[in-house]
Amino acid sequence: MGEQLLSVGIDIGTSTTQLILSRLTLENRAAPFTVPRVAIAGREVCYRSAIHFTPLLSDTVIDAPGVREIVAEEYRKSGFSPAQVDTGAVIITGETARKENAQEVLAALSQFAGEFVVATAGPDLESILAARGTGADEYSLEHHTTVLHFDIGGGTSNLARYSQGELVSTGCLDVGGRLIKVDPASGKVTYVSPALLRAGLRGLPMPGDPVTAEALAPIVRTMVEALEQAAGLRPGRDRLEAFLTPGTRWTPEAAPVVSFSGGVADCIYAPPEHWLAFGDLGVLLGRAIAASPAFRRAGRFRGAETIRATVVGAGSHATDLSGSTIFYRDIPFPQKNIPILKLAAWEEDGTAEELAEAIRAKLGWYADQGGLVQLALALRGEANPSYARVQELARGVVRGLEPLRQAGFVPIVAVEADQAKALGQAMAALVSGPLLCLDGVGVDNGDYIDIGAPVAGGAVLPVVIKTLVFHR
Amino acid sequence: MNEQELRSLVERMVLELAEEGPARSTPSARTPAEPASGCLEDITQTDLRRQYLVDNPRSGQAFQDLKLKTPARLGLGRAGARYKTISMLRMRADHAAAQDSVFSHVPDEFAAQNGFTPVQTLCQSKDEYLTRPDRGRRFDEQNQAIIQKTFGPHPKIALVVGDGLSSAAIEANAVDCLQAVRAGLKAYGLEGGPVLYVKYCRVGASDHIGDLTGAEVVCMLVGERPGLVTAESMSAYLTYKPHIGIPESKRTVISNIHKGGTTAVEAGAHIAELIKTMLEKKASGIDLKG
Repeated sequence: MGEQLLSVGIDIGTSTTQLILSRLTLENRAAPFTVPRVAIAGREVCYRSAIHFTPLLSDTVIDAPGVREIVAEEYRKSGFSPAQVDTGAVIITGETARKENAQEVLAALSQFAGEFVVATAGPDLESILAARGTGADEYSLEHHTTVLHFDIGGGTSNLARYSQGELVSTGCLDVGGRLIKVDPASGKVTYVSPALLRAGLRGLPMPGDPVTAEALAPIVRTMVEALEQAAGLRPGRDRLEAFLTPGTRWTPEAAPVVSFSGGVADCIYAPPEHWLAFGDLGVLLGRAIAASPAFRRAGRFRGAETIRATVVGAGSHATDLSGSTIFYRDIPFPQKNIPILKLAAWEEDGTAEELAEAIRAKLGWYADQGGLVQLALALRGEANPSYARVQELARGVVRGLEPLRQAGFVPIVAVEADQAKALGQAMAALVSGPLLCLDGVGVDNGDYIDIGAPVAGGAVLPVVIKTLVFHR
Repeated sequence: MNEQELRSLVERMVLELAEEGPARSTPSARTPAEPASGCLEDITQTDLRRQYLVDNPRSGQAFQDLKLKTPARLGLGRAGARYKTISMLRMRADHAAAQDSVFSHVPDEFAAQNGFTPVQTLCQSKDEYLTRPDRGRRFDEQNQAIIQKTFGPHPKIALVVGDGLSSAAIEANAVDCLQAVRAGLKAYGLEGGPVLYVKYCRVGASDHIGDLTGAEVVCMLVGERPGLVTAESMSAYLTYKPHIGIPESKRTVISNIHKGGTTAVEAGAHIAELIKTMLEKKASGIDLKG
């Protein structure tokens, strides 16, 4: 097959803004004479931008035109045009995601992205993309182990725990290199993040105060202890609680292997000579992690990417493919930001009437002031269903989603088990008009899904699964 | 040792055993594994992908993860230079299931129960079917007439089920698969029409059916030669305008239709779309790929 997709990744982080372009190669992995099974066989980064400081107008407002200029300039340097881009993700990460105009910045960038580029933010997705960009997921699979990955950026540390290649949990701490900024020339503090005040640290400098590396050492030490507690390498969870990003949860569990990415990871492995090389805590934090006896005891995986992990993850790993036997009719692609409605397992096992009832009851949960919204119904499906069961399912789903169809929305069904084509065809006989049924995607309530136009001769759909957008 | 000595030796031993008997062989020691119900465990029910028999492995978990990806008989361990008894027995059980599937018949009621029209190739017995593939591809005049009457002249689609080399495959998959094919065709605005059931059927029978009816697409579901992984694997052979002498390269095949491979319903949905594509492009096999 050898079809290729050009994918863009743009990461607007607390401290840096970056862009990469990568080629995803599609391949039919199935043996000849069987039903096709298309997969992403290769990911090759073909352009890496310079690493720019994220332009800010103030502590709470991103300089949107400034970001646009950076992206436009990098596109020009890469030799690719936005029109060539098939897929990808623009992600606003870390503290930046909490800025007032984050949404507008995403909107302003949309013209630089192709038809199907996802714009999103949120610590869960950031954790996943950074871990995958580093290769922590593959390492855990190859070595049959559990890896706890830390992506330590300017404002936050994003945690992702992968076990045997599967994501187990994500978390977020307000530990980062730019929580305190210092003017290298004068040695005076220019910024102290509210996250440090929230953590209740004593002896914090105020903006304008002159500081030394020695004076900041206790603060840095406390931050490292929070990371150690998160990794289950230090008893207690007092430090962890102090730095835990509000609205997130984390349960420490001793991980046999840890890995690091993000700008601070460079300061762990190869710190610059001068502690104020970047005018922030990054160098001190990196050195302190490198010197931590707890982290030295744990196994260490050193990934391919450090500061670029998140942007590589966004460009190369955000897009997945649906199963290769799917059904779609009259669908305007792409479908973006579709919330997932997933039924409980026992609700799925019911008769057509029970199923329809359960779906209709839950449709209401997603209604806003304007009434129903477009959503995708997620089902687990069965491993080897009889056709009678598929028909029963089709009847239940069609009846359950009827209010949605009446309101002018498209029935979209995402099944985990391989049965979307049979289910879709069965549904197609019961309703007219647009219909989309895909499989091979595991999603949950609270997730959002983006579905791109068909590729590989129409056999598969690119999909991006996003956990809570603007998670708070 | 003469006969007299031998006799006395045996007598002595029997006496000794009789005396020690109760102490030596308690009931539990003599019949350690016999379950209360009197039934033995069915070893063919064990999922081979989860059966790992190596003693004291260095990386047992890693090997077990690998095993999940293949039905091959790996990680069996050994007893001296040989397989363990359980592996030997399982091999023989699976081989027997494969042979049974070749030699047993799809029940006569099968066609009637599902509304299929039954016909038979020139073969008169399983033995003839297995030894004369050529006769499994042609019909006598009486059966030719039934085929023509069933499909009528120039049908767009002729759906055929053939027993082939595995009756078990047909019984397990054909009905669900055909239902999915029919529903799929309906979704594309096509009509599946009647279904022919062919006894003692080879894939090449499609060609004779093509000649007899002038069908545009003949779609045949047929039992695959059973292997040791499953005896229930079915294939679908689809040919655009088949005729006697058509090259094999003109056939499109979907194989491995069984509960551990492509499921019957999803294969059926895929086949329905293939039929639609073939009718649009007026081609099958290699011609369809180009």
